Amino acid sequence: MPAAIEFRDVTRTFGSVRAVDSVSLEVAAGEFFSMLGPSGSGKTTCLRLIAGFELPDAGHIVLDGVDVSDVPPYDRDVNTVFQDYALFPHMSVLENVEYGLKVRHVGGAERRPRAREMLALVKLGELGERRPGQLSGGQRQRVALARALINRPKVLLLDEPLGALDLKLREAMQIELKALQRELGNTFVYVTHDQGEALSMSDRVAVFDHGRIVQVDTPRALYSRPRNPFVAEFVGGANVLPARLATALLGVDKPVAIRPEQMRILATGAALEPGWVACAGTVADSQYHGATLRIQVRTRDGELLTVARPDVSADVAVSRAGSEVSVAWPRASVVELETDRA
Amino acid sequence: MNTVAGGWSRALSTFFYRRPNRYLLLLLLPPLLWFGTVYLGSLLSLLLQSFYSINDFTAEVVREPTLATYRELVTQPAHIDIVVRTLSMAIAVTIACALIGFPIAYYMARYAAPRLKTFFYVGVLLPMWTSYLVKVYAWRLILAKQGIISWVLDAFGLTRALDALLATPVIGGPTLTASYIGMFIVFVYMWLPYMILPIHAALERVPRTLVQASADLGARPGQTFRTVVLPLAFPGVAAGSVFTFSLTLGDYIIPGVVGAPGYFIGMMVYQQQGTAGNIPLAAAFSVVPIVLIGIYLGIVKRLGAFDAL
Repeated sequence: MPAAIEFRDVTRTFGSVRAVDSVSLEVAAGEFFSMLGPSGSGKTTCLRLIAGFELPDAGHIVLDGVDVSDVPPYDRDVNTVFQDYALFPHMSVLENVEYGLKVRHVGGAERRPRAREMLALVKLGELGERRPGQLSGGQRQRVALARALINRPKVLLLDEPLGALDLKLREAMQIELKALQRELGNTFVYVTHDQGEALSMSDRVAVFDHGRIVQVDTPRALYSRPRNPFVAEFVGGANVLPARLATALLGVDKPVAIRPEQMRILATGAALEPGWVACAGTVADSQYHGATLRIQVRTRDGELLTVARPDVSADVAVSRAGSEVSVAWPRASVVELETDRA
Repeated sequence: MNTVAGGWSRALSTFFYRRPNRYLLLLLLPPLLWFGTVYLGSLLSLLLQSFYSINDFTAEVVREPTLATYRELVTQPAHIDIVVRTLSMAIAVTIACALIGFPIAYYMARYAAPRLKTFFYVGVLLPMWTSYLVKVYAWRLILAKQGIISWVLDAFGLTRALDALLATPVIGGPTLTASYIGMFIVFVYMWLPYMILPIHAALERVPRTLVQASADLGARPGQTFRTVVLPLAFPGVAAGSVFTFSLTLGDYIIPGVVGAPGYFIGMMVYQQQGTAGNIPLAAAFSVVPIVLIGIYLGIVKRLGAFDAL
């Protein structure tokens, strides 16, 4: 079975900027695949390349075994949920949803019921006659989803679809999207800059930086075994110790990553458990996050480490700004990274 | 308790800040007075005049309400001819302006790079900086028998085609200058900017993602244009057409300078209130464009042009 999406050395430049720089990737059919990265990292351009809004300057894009590198969007079996939803303001919700069938000359007798069915699927059954302007942000999002799914595309592309929603709605939609994907069984490609979103929904995540893919992995692998400092910091905000400090503390001549929640704060001079490593420093700042407290400690040679601890733990007591402490972590929690940043 | 210190100007601004309605009233009073008395007032008095009649022997206005003037307007074939002639020209000019203006506006809004767009803006607006009369008389020269159009057509050996066109009944004439074709060309030239700018504004407001979404759902460019771009640009076309339609209906200079000798509504108003001294008939004639534009707006509204507003 061919991959749902395959990129072979795809490059897309805008002027002198290589927005997508010789990217190769494969997305399996039925996979929930996320493209994660900061703005300007090339993830959205990749999505637009799959949709056909951009054509590659070099390389090939293969969808389900067919090279579509020069195929316009209307001849590709993919549909997109746009960041701004892009609903047609002059059509009713139902007309928006059935649009994909209408332009393919599906008759009204078949079109209407399918559009209503799709609206019911996204739980907007009773709003078909409204105009998009009369809907809330969350409802518009669902209309955009229904409209994109009506053609039963093999691949659904989602361009930061939850970005404009408030936190509670976003979390609810994440669960719903994931359930929908499981139910429909088609491939979802999800673009986001929110690492939490990518980790919680995806089967696999590709991390983008400067137009290249840095790492493609399952969320768990990405979090526990980031390949380089960029991934370690971008996904889950790890503390990255430069090679120089890692050599001194751990005897490893590579940069290393330690997750904030793996670290603890000890009073200076407290005994270390076996298998733990410690580093002395001064508490610089701390932020209260409800369940956890995030504490920044400045080490003697100027690195800033972030420690995340349950707010009720004993560490909190010694963590007043300015106090001398030592930061400790189990040797086993250290992840060795590759030196190159891209 | 301390209060905020300050002079009378602070007190005044505070007064208005706390009473936004009075502030609005103060702001709107002068334009409202102008609009109410000068503009609507003169319009009403015009309407009133059209319900008077003229004594054929003394040539004096009889100030008694009557429909006699309107009866004269709608029963005399010559008058009906004038209305039909003007209306036909207004419709033709409006359609031509829309057909020529839309592609230009579309290119400006969707494809032109910023610098090119500026060039287009200036290109569209520049003719409006020139005197209206100068342009009309310039067109007389362009369209004349020895003018540049004849000259160019001659150079390409197309003089016979022009002659054939001018031989067409009704719209033809001895020369371009003395034909309705020539008048039509001048009208289209004159009002084209009024069509391009509103269409351009409407197209600028159509987000690019809508076009992409349409293509994404399987619509070919032609389908996208018909089902997404055109409906969303339609309010702009409607606004522009109201300009070109009403400007053509009311113009009295172009038909006098270029074109066949037949009268237009504007010329009739000019002549009746001037040399002929028949103010009631002039007033009745000036009501005609108002009614026609009213009907036109009704049709446009029916077509849903204002739904998106």
